[in-house]
Amino acid sequence: MANETTATPAAPEVAERTRGGQVYRPNVDILETRDELTLVADVPGVKSDAIDIDFEDGVLTIQGKVEPRYGEKRNFVLREYGIGDFYRTFRVSEEIDASRIEAECAGGVLTVHLPKAEKAKPRKIAVKTA
Amino acid sequence: MVYRRANSTLPVVRLRDEMDRLVSDFFSPAGAAAAWGGPAPSFPALNVWEEDDVLYAEAEVPGLKSEDLEISVIAGDLTLRGRRGGEAPEGTAYHRQERGTGEFNRVLRLPIEVDADQVEATLNDGVLLVKLPKAESAKPRKIKVSQGK
Repeated sequence: MANETTATPAAPEVAERTRGGQVYRPNVDILETRDELTLVADVPGVKSDAIDIDFEDGVLTIQGKVEPRYGEKRNFVLREYGIGDFYRTFRVSEEIDASRIEAECAGGVLTVHLPKAEKAKPRKIAVKTA
Repeated sequence: MVYRRANSTLPVVRLRDEMDRLVSDFFSPAGAAAAWGGPAPSFPALNVWEEDDVLYAEAEVPGLKSEDLEISVIAGDLTLRGRRGGEAPEGTAYHRQERGTGEFNRVLRLPIEVDADQVEATLNDGVLLVKLPKAESAKPRKIKVSQGK
């Protein structure tokens, strides 16, 4: 089915992180075109060199480190969000050509391009008339 | 990486995870509202804090460019307006769409008087920081106690 959700979040982080602090789950859009799956994630405060993307056994992991912008002891008047690293994993059911995965990060938005493997691409089968 | 898929399907594990989330969310006002079925926090979420002579307002606005943002301070209200686009190109199917799109208009009543002419804003990696210097009348002042006779 075309609209089936093919990428679902994997189990919560099982191994403990060596780095302390709060971890947030970024909001994502996942789009599919004929040639690729595209994952777009909101990671405000993450610099492009502080991102770690891993694709192994069909599991995509994105991690972004956020440097604290200010200490916890600020004199807050209003506090609606916390600041911390981003982490999320997905099980991707499509066949992905892992060697061609590309990613870019700009303005706090991470985009990961997951090109489909050749055999996973839709193919039109011509029906020959006898 | 370690991936225990089987665990996530166990109801008891799901419940535990859900409880963890509720408990951790409870300690942030925005999270509490979301966790207990309250209204979703307004976009963009704001952190506002005070330093000696300056009030800072910070907002997470990933994907917005400075030209998409309109910031104004009028009569003690800070207003953030803008639009976050999300038009997918032709031939694209969404599997997941969690990132909000559309227009926003957030008005915040400032707790103290600021000097509207001196307001500055910077946008870095999707984080907007608005620096609002306090008006002369709102600045902390050391009162010198003179010796009585």
